[in-house]
Amino acid sequence: MDLLTNDFFTALIAGGILAGMPLLFASLGEMVSERAGVLNIGLEGMMLFGAYAGFVAAYYGGSSWLGFLAGAAAGAATSLVMVVLCVRWGLDQIVVGIAITLAAEGITALIFDAEFAQTRPTLGNVDRVSIPGLSRIPVVGGGDSSNGSLFSQPLIVYLTIVLVVGLGWVLRRTHIGLNLRAAGDKPGALDAAGVSVVATRSWAVLFAGAMAGLGGAYLSVVAAGLFEAFITQGRGFIAIVLAMLARGRPLWAVIGSFLFGISLSISDALQIAGIDVSTDVVFMLPFVAVIVVLVLFGRRAYLPPALGLPYVRGAR
Amino acid sequence: MSQTATQVPPAAQAPPAAAGRTPAGALGQLADIAIRSLGPIVLALIAGGFLLLALGVNPLDFYGNVLNGALEEGAWQDTIMRMAPLLLIAVGLIVVFRAGIWNLGIDGQFLLAAAVVAGLGPSLADALPQWLALTLLFLIAAGVASAWTIVPALLRAYYGVNEIITSLLMSFIGIDLANILIKGPFQDFSSNVPQTSILDFGKMLPSIPTTRIHVGILVAGAAAVAVWFVMGRTAYGLRLRVLGANARAASHMGLNVRGLIISSFMVSGALIGVAAATEILGIWGYVRADWNPAFGLLVVPLVFLARFNALAVIPFVFLLAVLTIGGDFATQQAGLSNEFTLVLVGLILLFMSITELLGRRRELGQSYLPAWWRRRGSS
Repeated sequence: MDLLTNDFFTALIAGGILAGMPLLFASLGEMVSERAGVLNIGLEGMMLFGAYAGFVAAYYGGSSWLGFLAGAAAGAATSLVMVVLCVRWGLDQIVVGIAITLAAEGITALIFDAEFAQTRPTLGNVDRVSIPGLSRIPVVGGGDSSNGSLFSQPLIVYLTIVLVVGLGWVLRRTHIGLNLRAAGDKPGALDAAGVSVVATRSWAVLFAGAMAGLGGAYLSVVAAGLFEAFITQGRGFIAIVLAMLARGRPLWAVIGSFLFGISLSISDALQIAGIDVSTDVVFMLPFVAVIVVLVLFGRRAYLPPALGLPYVRGAR
Repeated sequence: MSQTATQVPPAAQAPPAAAGRTPAGALGQLADIAIRSLGPIVLALIAGGFLLLALGVNPLDFYGNVLNGALEEGAWQDTIMRMAPLLLIAVGLIVVFRAGIWNLGIDGQFLLAAAVVAGLGPSLADALPQWLALTLLFLIAAGVASAWTIVPALLRAYYGVNEIITSLLMSFIGIDLANILIKGPFQDFSSNVPQTSILDFGKMLPSIPTTRIHVGILVAGAAAVAVWFVMGRTAYGLRLRVLGANARAASHMGLNVRGLIISSFMVSGALIGVAAATEILGIWGYVRADWNPAFGLLVVPLVFLARFNALAVIPFVFLLAVLTIGGDFATQQAGLSNEFTLVLVGLILLFMSITELLGRRRELGQSYLPAWWRRRGSS
């Protein structure tokens, strides 16, 4: 059997990027919010709202950019619940996070059912930008492949590279990054330095919500081209794990997301190679991979000391 | 300092219910408890009503249908039977949540135990006398589900890895593994759809005389009493509560924190496995591929509403049983998808957190009004 053909590798790369992008957006957002000390378990719910809003906007507006914008806005709006309840009022982040996820699952399923149950519309393909020259390289070029490859992707994928580099710089080299880290490591010190812990954390959670929403929108607008109930299928939780393993370094989130994207999409690539594996096994793979990674590198999964704890000024 | 000591879920530190601070005495306390536990439910029903209105459904008709569908002639027996697995899951969660540990891998543990029980059930029931086969199946279910908690428990106990994430991941794996088992070694190939062989009705859990209700509800009730007793009246329960209240204090006291984390995790898994066994051996007799009642996250809020009390959770479990059984009927009547229950439970959680905050402020002698509002009023 000819497993290692060019087509197979092209499909693998394309699938890895396609399925990895939503994970990347969400895990970058979660990384920032975890740094600031807020464990955002509602990520799955924010992705779902983002996916629905993005789908609706792209469907009626006819532009994928409108979809991304609407998705990010919906995610940020959902995270406002968390900002008010968890950051401002100091309520339990996990209970509120579960509430957001449950409500999002229910509400998106209900509204989608009421609006689109009969028609079940799909979106067209998103335009890809082929980088001149590079896109003609076999395997990684993907200029002539149906799903593209490394050098033939929607514009937003290239913009994300800029975002990743920028975020890494902000987290490492700027005052903003320092404030974020302090809010998660020792909020009292940040407060003493005259910077508002609540404001820092609020912006971090809003950013996480917007990124999760954007990830959801990418999922529905680009990757799936449609919306269905529970479309995220636990991707929000994978993103949380990726953020934990990346320990505040965006590049690691990129690598992790891409690897997870591959295991989420490997069944398509295997089908091209003529191998049929059970979808149950395939869906199980990424989760098994994380558990194995945690068992092997568990000690390295760093979490800020103040993660999950509300900040109360003057409390000991 | 070990990481376990610094990662206490704050909810575990929630203050005990109205600890006699309210000046109005016993009546005031009762009112306080009633407001704090029923308030969120009422608010969620109202907010859900607005959502129903937005979808063009009359909320009063809808909630009326929920009650009809759950309590009418015959239906009330389904509601009681639904209570059995829900109550078992709830008391299982109480054991870990009290210890400040989050077991959120409920669905995976439940489905895996269900698949194994359904797969082994028919052959065991043929080979052994009924009482022995059923006892054995209950033990197997408890063992399987409890084994599924070991990885998150060990990772938490030894590496301090956040167990919320790991138990959720194990849950996804468990759900897929259950499907693999049902479509593989346990599949009954005489059926058109992938499912396990059907256990004869006569070999399933016996019913309580004069009803259709299987004895699973008695098992669940006994488990609730047992958990209530262990958590409130034994040294082990006290140790778990100390761990939940303050992990650092627990390790300074010389408690075996690792052992407590692992054992409470496994006990909760075992109870969740028993829940699966009652559902399979009491109602279904088989499992179809991709069957997932997804009770897990639905039960979590009840445990908080009941303040980790295994007996107080019973009325809330009854309420959830009414919502799920009646909700199916009502959404069918209204032409909605049956995810509405998820929305209600999510809203209950949100309102519960808010009520909790207001109650805590009042205990501290503050006003129910938020600070920014009071500031505006005084200036």
